Amino acid sequence: MDQLFNRKYIVQGLFIVIALILLGKLFYIQIVSDKYFLSAESNVLRKIYKYPARGAILDRNGNVIVQNEPVYDLMVTPNEVKAFDTLALAQALEIPIDDVRKNLRKARGKSTYQSTPFLKQISVQSYARLQEILYRFPGFRTQDRTVRHYPDSVGGQLFGYVKEVDSADIASSEGFYRPGDYKGKSGIERSYEEILRGEKGVVNTVYDAHNTPQGSYADGKYDINAVSGERLISGIDMRIQKLGEELMTNKVGAVVAIEPATGEVLAFISSPGYDPNLLVGRSQGNNYMSLIGNPYKPSMVRPIQGRYPPGSSFKPIDALLGLQEGVIDVNSTFNCPGYYMAGNHKVKCEHVDGNISMRRGIARSCNTYFCHVFQKLITKNGMKKQRQTYQDWRDKIAKFGFGEKLDIDLPFEKAGYFYNADHYDKIYKNRWGYTTVISQAIGQGEITATPLQIANAMAIIANRGYYIKPHLIRAMGDKIKKEYVDKNYVGIDVKHFEPVIDGMQDCVNSPWGTAILSRIPDVVLCGKTGTVQNPHGKNHSVFIGFAPRDNPKIAIAVIVENAGFGSTYAAPIASYMIEKYLKGKVTGSRAAQVEWMKSQNLLPVLKDKTKPVKSVTKADSLLIKKADSTKKVKDSLSIRAATIKQSVATKPKGNKTVPSENPVTQK
Amino acid sequence: MQQQQGNRFFFNVDWITVLIYIALCAIGFVNIYASVPPEKTMAFGFNELYGKQLIYVISGLILGLAILLFDGRLFNVFSPFIYGGTLLLLLAVLVIGNKVAGNQAWIAIGSFKLQPAEFAKFGTALLLARYVGSFNPKFRDFKSIAIAALIVGAPLLLIMLQPDTGSALVFLAFMFPLYREGLSGYFLLIFLGMIVLFVADFLVPTWILITIITVIAGLFIYNNRRKQKIIFSTVFVTVFAIGYLFLIKVAYEKVLAPHQRSRIELMLGLKTDNRGAGYNVIQSQIAIGSGQVTGRGFLEGTQTKYGYVPEQSTDFIFSTIGEEWGFLGCSVVIGLYSFLLLRLINLAERQRSTFSRVYGYSVACILFFHVFINIGMTIGIIPVIGIPLPLISYGGSSLWSFTILLFIFLKLDSNRMGFF
Repeated sequence: MDQLFNRKYIVQGLFIVIALILLGKLFYIQIVSDKYFLSAESNVLRKIYKYPARGAILDRNGNVIVQNEPVYDLMVTPNEVKAFDTLALAQALEIPIDDVRKNLRKARGKSTYQSTPFLKQISVQSYARLQEILYRFPGFRTQDRTVRHYPDSVGGQLFGYVKEVDSADIASSEGFYRPGDYKGKSGIERSYEEILRGEKGVVNTVYDAHNTPQGSYADGKYDINAVSGERLISGIDMRIQKLGEELMTNKVGAVVAIEPATGEVLAFISSPGYDPNLLVGRSQGNNYMSLIGNPYKPSMVRPIQGRYPPGSSFKPIDALLGLQEGVIDVNSTFNCPGYYMAGNHKVKCEHVDGNISMRRGIARSCNTYFCHVFQKLITKNGMKKQRQTYQDWRDKIAKFGFGEKLDIDLPFEKAGYFYNADHYDKIYKNRWGYTTVISQAIGQGEITATPLQIANAMAIIANRGYYIKPHLIRAMGDKIKKEYVDKNYVGIDVKHFEPVIDGMQDCVNSPWGTAILSRIPDVVLCGKTGTVQNPHGKNHSVFIGFAPRDNPKIAIAVIVENAGFGSTYAAPIASYMIEKYLKGKVTGSRAAQVEWMKSQNLLPVLKDKTKPVKSVTKADSLLIKKADSTKKVKDSLSIRAATIKQSVATKPKGNKTVPSENPVTQK
Repeated sequence: MQQQQGNRFFFNVDWITVLIYIALCAIGFVNIYASVPPEKTMAFGFNELYGKQLIYVISGLILGLAILLFDGRLFNVFSPFIYGGTLLLLLAVLVIGNKVAGNQAWIAIGSFKLQPAEFAKFGTALLLARYVGSFNPKFRDFKSIAIAALIVGAPLLLIMLQPDTGSALVFLAFMFPLYREGLSGYFLLIFLGMIVLFVADFLVPTWILITIITVIAGLFIYNNRRKQKIIFSTVFVTVFAIGYLFLIKVAYEKVLAPHQRSRIELMLGLKTDNRGAGYNVIQSQIAIGSGQVTGRGFLEGTQTKYGYVPEQSTDFIFSTIGEEWGFLGCSVVIGLYSFLLLRLINLAERQRSTFSRVYGYSVACILFFHVFINIGMTIGIIPVIGIPLPLISYGGSSLWSFTILLFIFLKLDSNRMGFF
C-alpha cells in the first residue's frame, strides 16, 4: 500500500508541472513579448492621418512663387461598401466605368476593413459634384489634401517636384513616411523637404470587432494636429526668372544670376525648361515620362549639372592671379601678332593688335595676352619647377570655386573638372609643361565649370575678392540661415581688381569691346564674352558680367549652347535681365530686342542616333593622348578666319536690331 | 461529537475548499460581466449573461449546501442508478437533443438547457469508485481493467457520438484514479508516448522517427540481452509504435473532422490562418498577451470590450482574465486551481474508504483536465477543444455539474471518520 500511496506525489507533481508550464507560457506572452500588446492596439486603433499643407515659397520681393491647391482623395473601406450605382460614380469622377470596378478590386486586395485610396487627387469640380451624391455610396469618403501649384509656371528644374513616396523612401525613412505620403523628389522641394513637409496629424479612433467606430481613443490624448510646413523665402527675383526663361525659349543653356553681397541666387534658369505644374496631379507620371524622353533633356538641371569650358570668361581670373603673383603689372604689354606660339603650336588670336595692354586685352579678349600671362605664371619658378608651380596655380584658381561643388542648396549638384598636376603626370609621364596645358589659359581644354561656378566667379570679382556660398533660400519662416554669411576670400588683394574690372567695363562700354551692343543705358555693366569651343557642334555663346560697377547688385553667367559668339546671344540676354533687375523694365528700343530674342530658335539639330558616331572627339586631352590641347583650339579658330578680318575692319556701331549679324567677335 | 449535534449536517466540512469554490465562482461572475458588451452593462439585467450566471452561482451554492444535507452513504448505494440515469440521458440527447453548432449535446427543458455530458462525469466517478471500493481490484488482471474500461468507456462512447470530442477527452482523466489504485504506470507512459509520437509525426518525417525508435529499441535489447521477457515486450512495443505511426496517418485523415485537423495544425504551427480557424486562438492570445503584468484593468480590456474574442464568456473566459488582470490575475487563478487540486488529492488520501478516495481522485483529475485543456487552449499550447473552465466559464450545466462533483466529495470527506 505504501508503494501506491507514493503515487499521490506523482499525480500532484504532474499538477504542479502543468501549472508551471501554463505560467511559463503566460509569462512569455504577457511579459517577455510585446507583440501581443501591439497587436491588440492595431486591432482596435485606426489612425486617420491629417495631411499638412506644404510650406509656401516666396521670392525676394514677397511674391508667392510656390503655393498649395486643395485636392481630394476618394477613399474606400471595402467591407462597408454596399451595392451601388457604378455608372453614377464613374460619371461623377469622370473615369471609365471599368476603372471603378478595377479600383474597388484593388482596394479590396489591400485591405477589406481599412480605408484605402480609391481615386487620388480628384479635382475641385469633381469633388463638388461628388459631395452631393456621396451619401448614395456607403463606404466611400473623401480625404482632403493639398498639392503644389506654381503660379508663374516657370522654374521647373529649380522647384523640382513632389511625388508620393515609393517603397524605397518608406524603407529609408525609418518609419516617418507611410504609403500615401508625399515627398519632394528634386529641386528645392527635395533639399528643403524636412522644412516644407510640416508634421502629419493623426486622429486615433477605436473600432470594435465589427469595424464599427467606438469613439476617440483615450479621449484624444494621443491625437496630433497637423502642422503646416514652414514658409521659405528665396532669393529668386521672379521678374527676371520669368524674363530669363522667356528669353531662353527654344534655346539650350543656362542662366545663373547671383547677388554678390549676399550670395543669393536671383535667377536660376535651365533651358529648355518646363512648367512645374506638369508634374502635379494625376498626369504627373505621363508628363514625367515625356520629359525624360525629350531629346533636349529638360530634366537636366543645367546650372548645376552642365559642365562647360569657361572659355574667355576665365581670362579676368588669369589677369587677377598674374597681378597678385607679380608676374605682370597693370602696365605690362605683350605683342600680339595674331597668334601665340606655345612651343611649336600656334594659339590663334582673332585680331592683330600689336602691343596690347591688360585692360585692352580683357576688353578685346586677346588670347595671346593671356597665354603669355599663363606662361609667366607657370614658369616663374624656372622651367624645372613647372609641375609644382602648376599645382600652386591650380590651388589658387580653385579658391574661386572651380573644381569642387559649391554646395548650393539643391540636390544633384555636379562640379566641373579642374585637374591637379598628378592627372597630367599620369597622362604625359611627367614630361609636360605650360605648353601642354596652355589651353587652360583661355578657359578651354581640360577645365570645365558649371554655370553656377562661373556666375560665382563673377560674384567674386564684383565683390573684389570674396564670395558667399551661393544659395537659393535665404530664410525659413522668419529665421535667416546662419551659414550664408561667411565670406570666402580667394586670396587676391583688393587693389588688383580695379584694373581687371576696367577691362571688363571696356568690354561692354567701349567701342572696341566685344559686347558693346549689350551696353545698358545709364548702367555700368562690366562683363566678358566668351565663345566656347564645342567639340560636339556649334560653339557655345557665353557671357559673364556684373552691374553696376560700384556696389554691384547682380552678377550673372549666361550660356547658350550652339549659339556661336558670346556677343550675339549670351551678352544681350544678360543685359536684358540685368536691366530688368536694376530698373524694373527693359527700356527704349531694347524692349523690342527682347521680343526678337524670345522668338529665336537655336535648338540644335538632333543627331541621328541610329548612325554610329564616327570619331571620338572629347574636350579634354585625357582621352586623346598625343594631341595636346592647343591643337583643338587652333582647329576651331581657323573655322572662323573670315569673321576675324571683318571684325578688325568694321567699327562696331548701330545695327542694333539684328544683333546676330553683328560681326564683332572675340577671342 | 455530542456538542456538534446542532450542526450535524455541516460537521467536518472542509471550508477551505468551499472558500476556493466561492472565490472561483466570483472571479467567473466578474469576468463574465466584463465580457458582455459595454452597452449591456448600463443597467443590471437578469436577461444578460452575467445576470443568468449570478442565478446559476447562487442556485449552485444552494445545491452544494443541499448535497451536504444528504447522508453520504446514499451516494455509494445509489451510484449504479445515478450512472444508469446519466447514461439514459446521454442516449436521450442523441434522440431528442438540440443540435447546437454541430453537436447534439443539449436537452431543452422549457427555457432551460441541460447538457447530460456534464452530469455523466460524476455518475461515472461514482460508479468507478463503487466498483473499486467494493471489489478492491489491483488492476493486474485483464478482467478488472476491462470492467473499469467499460464503466468509463460507455459514457465516453455515447458522448463521442454527439459528437463532443472535448467532453469525451475529459474521461481520460479516470486513468489517474485507476493508476493510484494499482494500474500499471506503463499505461500512463504508453498514453504519453502516443501523444508524443502523434505530435512528432507532424514535425519530423516518419522514416526518421522509425529509425530513432528502432535504434533505441536495439540498444535496450542489447543491454538486456539475457532477459528474454524484456526482449519480447520491447519488440512488441516497437512493432506497436511503428504500426501506430502508420495508423495515425490514416486515422488523422479519416477519423478527425476537417475543423479538428486544422485546429491541431494551427496549434503545432504548421499553418497560420488568422482570419479563419485560427482567429479565435490568435485573438485570445492577443487579449491575454496585451494584459502584460498587471492587466488593463476591470472593463478596460479593448479585446474584451470590443468583442474581438468570440466565445469569450464561455470557453475563452480566461482571455478576459488575462487581458484585464494581467499576469498577476492569471497567476492568482492558476494558483487557486493548483491549491484546490493539491488539496483535493490530500483530502482523498485521508479517506478511510477506498470509495471516497477513488471518487476524490476522480474529482481532482477531472478538474485538472478541464483547467489544463481550457487554459492551454486560450494561450495556444493545446489545440482548440471546447470545454469550459470549471466554475469560471459561463453556463449553468457546467457550473452545477462541477458543484455536484465537488460537494459530493466534500460530503464524503466530512464523513471520513467512517460510518461505512
